[in-house]
Amino acid sequence: MLFHDLTRPGTDEIKVSDDSLLEIEHVTMRFGGLVAIDDLSFTARKKEITALIGPNGAGKTTVFNCITGFYKPTVGRVMLTHPRKGRYYLERMEGFKIAQQADVARTFQNIRLFPRMSVLENLIVAQHNALMKASAFSFAGLLFMNRYAKAEKEAVERAKYWLNKVGLYDRADWDAGNLPYGDQRRLEICRAMCIQPAVLCLDEPAAGLNPRESLELNELLLGIRDHEGVGILLIEHDMSVVMQISDHVVVLDHGRKISDGTPEFVRNDPTVIKAYLGESEDEDLPQTVKNDLARNAGKDV
Amino acid sequence: MKRTILSEFSDIPLDRGILSDRLIGKRRTKRLRRLGDNQQYNGGRVAYFLQQLINGLTLGSIYGLIAIGYTMVYGIIGMINFAHGDIFMIGAFISVITFLVLGALGITFVPLALVVVLLMAMIFTAIYGWSVERVAYRPLRGSFRLAPLISAIGVSIALQNAVQIAQGARVKPMEPVIAGGLTLFTDSNNFDVVISYLQIFIMVLTVVLMAGFTYVITRTSLGRQQRACEQDRTMAGLIGVNVDRTISTTFVMGAVLAAVAGLMVTLQYGVIDFYIGFLAGTKAFTAAVLGGIGSLPGAMLGGILIGLIEAFWSAYFTIEYKDVATFGILVLVLIFRPTGLLGKPEVEKV
Amino acid sequence: MADMKNAVATPGQGGFDVGAALKESGKAAFVAGLLGLPLLALKADNFGSKLGLVYRWDALFIAIAAVFVGRFLLILLSGRQKKSEGGVFAAFGKGIHSNMALIGLAGLVIGVLLPVVYPDRYVIYIATTFMIYVMLGWGLNIVVGLAGLLDLGYVAFYAVGAYSYALIASQFGWSFWVVLPLAGLFAAFFGVILGFPVLRLRGDYLAIVTLGFGEIIRVILINWTDFTGGPNGISGIPPITFFGLPFKNGDHGTFASFFGIAHSPVQRIIFLYFVILTLATLTNLFTQRMRKLPVGRAWEALREDEIACRSLGINPTNIKLSAFALGAMFGGFAGSFFSVRAGFVSPESFTFIESAVILAIVVLGGMGSQLGVVIAAFFVVILPEVFREFEEYRMLLFGLAMMVIMVWRPNGLLSFREPTIRLHPKKESA
Repeated sequence: MLFHDLTRPGTDEIKVSDDSLLEIEHVTMRFGGLVAIDDLSFTARKKEITALIGPNGAGKTTVFNCITGFYKPTVGRVMLTHPRKGRYYLERMEGFKIAQQADVARTFQNIRLFPRMSVLENLIVAQHNALMKASAFSFAGLLFMNRYAKAEKEAVERAKYWLNKVGLYDRADWDAGNLPYGDQRRLEICRAMCIQPAVLCLDEPAAGLNPRESLELNELLLGIRDHEGVGILLIEHDMSVVMQISDHVVVLDHGRKISDGTPEFVRNDPTVIKAYLGESEDEDLPQTVKNDLARNAGKDV
Repeated sequence: MKRTILSEFSDIPLDRGILSDRLIGKRRTKRLRRLGDNQQYNGGRVAYFLQQLINGLTLGSIYGLIAIGYTMVYGIIGMINFAHGDIFMIGAFISVITFLVLGALGITFVPLALVVVLLMAMIFTAIYGWSVERVAYRPLRGSFRLAPLISAIGVSIALQNAVQIAQGARVKPMEPVIAGGLTLFTDSNNFDVVISYLQIFIMVLTVVLMAGFTYVITRTSLGRQQRACEQDRTMAGLIGVNVDRTISTTFVMGAVLAAVAGLMVTLQYGVIDFYIGFLAGTKAFTAAVLGGIGSLPGAMLGGILIGLIEAFWSAYFTIEYKDVATFGILVLVLIFRPTGLLGKPEVEKV
Repeated sequence: MADMKNAVATPGQGGFDVGAALKESGKAAFVAGLLGLPLLALKADNFGSKLGLVYRWDALFIAIAAVFVGRFLLILLSGRQKKSEGGVFAAFGKGIHSNMALIGLAGLVIGVLLPVVYPDRYVIYIATTFMIYVMLGWGLNIVVGLAGLLDLGYVAFYAVGAYSYALIASQFGWSFWVVLPLAGLFAAFFGVILGFPVLRLRGDYLAIVTLGFGEIIRVILINWTDFTGGPNGISGIPPITFFGLPFKNGDHGTFASFFGIAHSPVQRIIFLYFVILTLATLTNLFTQRMRKLPVGRAWEALREDEIACRSLGINPTNIKLSAFALGAMFGGFAGSFFSVRAGFVSPESFTFIESAVILAIVVLGGMGSQLGVVIAAFFVVILPEVFREFEEYRMLLFGLAMMVIMVWRPNGLLSFREPTIRLHPKKESA
């Protein structure tokens, strides 16, 4: 345990079960008057894929930003139980340290690669902290010491492993910005995996992928869960992905949690259906829209 | 190198903060300033303070008008228009030349002359603003961030040297056009607090222009187009806003205000040269950043603050380090309010 | 002017529409006339303490005619060039980049041989100035080209280096070789002092703060007369020695007597040239090596996307600081070389225009390209030297050239980037 919570002694031991990885407790995020997340609590477990779903504007990305340190939650606690290092309270840590020390990796909704660096370089930059340590803040490298050469070689091996996994090995020297969209998405996941994370947060990894790519993505994510043993937190709109691969689904609407359970449970939860499809389909609609709908329905027939 | 010819007009007023050390021999300023300080201190602290306030507001109005040009251009295309200070310098030169032309034509009725000079300066400076955008910036739209900046630095160097070649390197002195002023009050030690008619003219004109521009930006369709381009140029283009024309108009508007500032400097400080654009431009850009770049009231506020800082720093501390004070305060403000005083706090889009 | 170009070039499928071109040139000439009317045709000339008007209609008409012809020729040329331009330049760029190491080596050999082949005072003098700018360009390239931080006050670090040597050498009589590293450290220290509070600012805010910092240093140099000599600067700075052996006439302990040759003033100039050549080469090697190290890669990553860097656990402030401090350090080295060569420093040498020129070298060369810096420095230093007879128009042409080159090649002369590490060997014919 790196950080002891002195304000609430003892509560940790009671609440936390052994396999919990990430615990979001009573997190609220306000922007001025707007409440983006309202008293949200859920737990992501080790070696599981936890999906965070909900209609647009439900606050999913905001949750991610609170976990990965881009926002500081107004209220609440984000606790990571690192399988190798102990416990971290992420809401108290400076942004970049969450990735550096607590090993929380993430991808972005609108891909953020280093477009004018090569694919391989993208993966090596991700191993920055390990390489910095190995090269004694680059001084060893400046003096052409063996120890840096070795560390770099290891970094390249790790990069190769991931490149092979997603079929980018042949294009390792391309500029990342020149890759097709789907490959950029996969590369971003590889880059996140290269920091050897404890938890991997993926923000809509299947967005913009075609059905075949989407299937490949499922396999990649299942592989990460099963072979690397890394827990995944996933925001996704594509229900085929969510229902097929997630072990646990949390549903948000207007910043609140409205459902939490297995995919089957969530799929049949009336509150979820209501949130997605609207309460009563016809009555709220203006007359003109209803007319349009009626006309279109007629055409379809 | 300018210093040798200064003996020609040793009776020029002292508070020409905008022109800085180039036009006044350093040592001489120091001596006279100290002398003045003592006299004024004997005269009375309150009166001295008020006098500096008036001087600072005048200078600040001028900075503010130039700053608006920076802030509008930055807002709409996100570039530092480095040549804007030189556009201001050109405005000042056109004012001087128009005065001379009017003199040659025998038009000496001051209000008429002022109106004509104001219009001419605005029109011709606007053409400069438009041409610079057309030739040096428009072809670079959409290329990477630093390209237009370098192009702008090139334009700035070119304009400065073009004016130097065409008009000569010597400073251009101007006789006062509006003389006299109001004595606001006289304190017990017989020290007058004076606001000159010229200072009143400058402040009133600034307020009128600010009101006009605020109206244009917030109420007219042109203003809406500008704000649309500021938010998202591609989208604005898709819904039928003529993006090129809107950006050109922005440059023209900035140049018009810079021309007015140029005229004001000519009138207030009575002496200009081809180099005044750099320092004034830097200060005005500092003002824009201080106020929050992209914000119109911010630019004005920043301008006035910098004018006041300079006036008071020169009056109570040392005139030599007034630029240090200005930039120091800018750094302090940015550390604590990274988006400037009136800039919108940015929520980082992730 | 892109849209105009198209409008003129398209009709007739490659044919040339003279009418449209003339109309377009007429427009340009009209605008030029409006621009020239108040400032070129009319001159506010100084008569004693008063101003008078001087009319120069001839100059205005020449300018209008020049613009008309120039615009017409430009349209003519741009129509012709369109077909070939892409291919030629792409091939040129590729040729350069597939032989980068060879070109670097060749450049170095030429640099070393120059004083042997051409032991001419003037040539060596210009070559030394050129190398100073190359070194400054390489130093700033770390900050602007690699880390993507817009620094408009780089000259401040150059000044810190120059004054460090000037003050220490003339006060304590320390040798150049002792002061050189100190000057670099001082400059780096200033870089950290400035960088620490401001590096978290957004790019353009950083620009104005660094610009302000450059001015502050200059204002302090002008006004802190007791320490810096004020506007008059510091003169009589001890000249460089050959590792302790002075370059002067004498039978004992001088460079000439030690090597048993006749004394000649050109020896010192040539030695200075080799010093800056070595310093610049070291700067280049250092940067090339840094690019392959974690810090260097993080610089480039930071330039590309700071948010992504944070998500990977990279501390942006430290990385930026390191770039800023190292860039400043090389500026300091170059500065102390500047003062040992000139024997005199004054604030006049460290104005904003110097910062602008160095930045222009980096950007014109192509951000991050080391070879680009050399080519751009050549443009910036050698060309004005060639056009020395147009003294009056030199800076005007310089400013215009800066603008034209930027418009012509917005990404700089060489914008190609070679990855710092490869998995597959480079293909010869790609």
